[in-house]
Amino acid sequence: MTTTPDAPAIAARGLHKSYGGKHSGKDGGKGPKKVLDGIDLAVPRGTIFSLLGPNGAGKTTVVKILSTLVTADAGDLRVGGHDLAADPQAVRAMIGVTGQFSAVDGLITGEENMLLMADLHHLPRREGRRTAAELLERFDLVEAAKKPASTYSGGMRRRLDIAMTLVGAPRIIFLDEPTTGLDPRSRHSMWGIIRELVSGGVTVFLTTQYLEEADELADRIAVLNDGRIAAEGSADELKRLVPGGHVRLRFTDPAAYRSAAVALREVTRDDEALSLQIPSDGSQRELRSILDWLDSAGVEADELTVHTPDLDDVFFALTGGTDQREDVR
Amino acid sequence: MSSLTLAVRDSATMLRRTVLHAWRYPSLTLNLLLTPIVLLLLFVYIFGDVMSAGIAGGHADRSAYIAYLVPGILLMTIGGTVVGAAVSVSMDMTEGIMARFRTMAIHRGSVLIGHVVGSVLRALVSVVLVGAVAVAIGFRSTDATALEWLAAFGLLALVAMALTWIAVGLGMVSPNAEAAGNNAMPLIVLPFVSSAFVPVDAMPGWFRPVAEYQPFTPAIETLRGLLLGSEIGGDGWLAVGWCLGLAALGYRWSTSLFSRDPR
Repeated sequence: MTTTPDAPAIAARGLHKSYGGKHSGKDGGKGPKKVLDGIDLAVPRGTIFSLLGPNGAGKTTVVKILSTLVTADAGDLRVGGHDLAADPQAVRAMIGVTGQFSAVDGLITGEENMLLMADLHHLPRREGRRTAAELLERFDLVEAAKKPASTYSGGMRRRLDIAMTLVGAPRIIFLDEPTTGLDPRSRHSMWGIIRELVSGGVTVFLTTQYLEEADELADRIAVLNDGRIAAEGSADELKRLVPGGHVRLRFTDPAAYRSAAVALREVTRDDEALSLQIPSDGSQRELRSILDWLDSAGVEADELTVHTPDLDDVFFALTGGTDQREDVR
Repeated sequence: MSSLTLAVRDSATMLRRTVLHAWRYPSLTLNLLLTPIVLLLLFVYIFGDVMSAGIAGGHADRSAYIAYLVPGILLMTIGGTVVGAAVSVSMDMTEGIMARFRTMAIHRGSVLIGHVVGSVLRALVSVVLVGAVAVAIGFRSTDATALEWLAAFGLLALVAMALTWIAVGLGMVSPNAEAAGNNAMPLIVLPFVSSAFVPVDAMPGWFRPVAEYQPFTPAIETLRGLLLGSEIGGDGWLAVGWCLGLAALGYRWSTSLFSRDPR
């Protein structure tokens, strides 16, 4: 193998992709639609990397390209140390993909789906049967194993989908919106599954539109917006990019609210909600000084909440400009 | 693993999948069997007396017409089962599992080869079943040797393989199963305008080229020669040529469609 030990599991430089260029008519037809406009990514081995973005940002296209399903227009792309353009088959041998739409064969049973994967990975018969049985057990599908996959619920299909991906013990796994459409319980069990994978040294490339999910799972997060990476970093690093940490005081009595607003002066007022916002990083020391200040000013709020910036703030700050364009589409 | 063993192994796996589908959902196969059987009974028992007047200078009886008709019906059976292949390929291509296959380190053509071999097997099973009905209503070969039977079976397999590769391409360019069924229609219609039901000589002069220059007529004539002892002449090579040409064309077309980026 041509890999060096410290090379990233996934590396992309200058990834470009446009759709629909060839078919646009000469009579004023629209030019090719740019989906990815120069993306750079590096995912270290054994980590979870999350690509976060609104619908239509190009997340699925990135996964399709990196998993050899579609070809990029331009870019230097390496997955598992292999060049995507030169040796896609070597890349395929290292990866597992669970797409947004379930990649199971609905006409055959869950067990037959698993054995199909074992055969395609050229496992010896006995080992294939053992692997299939273990994974069905691990993903709580033993009872349903003999039923056609088309009869499975959404959560079961997704579990079977991941189980099938794991048959070949891939070192790099792409998960395209693995929890979209799942109920909260299935979502949490999926998170558990993903964490387990990484503890075994697997690299996970995850796309999601849920900030909570990226915050929960990912070592590094890239925010994709309109075909470009708007920001990249750990969840904490991204949160530091935007202001938004504050202490919020809420009042029920309008008179108390007004007098507090006059007394505290340099705070942000929200007259409608009868609440005041004091900028704060949420640390204990700052909270104490705020409380002292409130005491000395004789302000007695009915409710005090500490709001730390979350990925929602980051997300809206970074992708806010395109709201209008989303509507037009 | 060498690329040939990889191809054989993965294609065998894909074939098992296709056979499993056909086994679990036999209705598609059985529906396609119905048409040739109904046509066989219709042309023998309803139109038989009239049709037999058109062959052998008007001196043939119904049993002579059965003999004339069966080779055409057998090839029609293949045309029908092959339409089933177009439909199942187009359905398969829209399934999420196809994206999975494409991202696995398997032989690229194995998905299609699995479909083709599965379709050929289905066609041969169908031919045996329709043939059994034909024998039950009185079809007998005229002194065909074991070798001629074998050649007849080989010809049917070759035709099935050639038409399936075309059908696989048709299935892949079709956006959905219905469109695939419609696009593959010519494979059902062509036998009607061949020598399956009446001799080409009995057709109007302007129409004869349509019947003569198409794959079904030489294949049907060859089958008649093998089973009934009529003159094969150049039709044998012509039939084999058609099959190899169509198979090569369909293979190139289908595999190039498959290696394109999916929608």
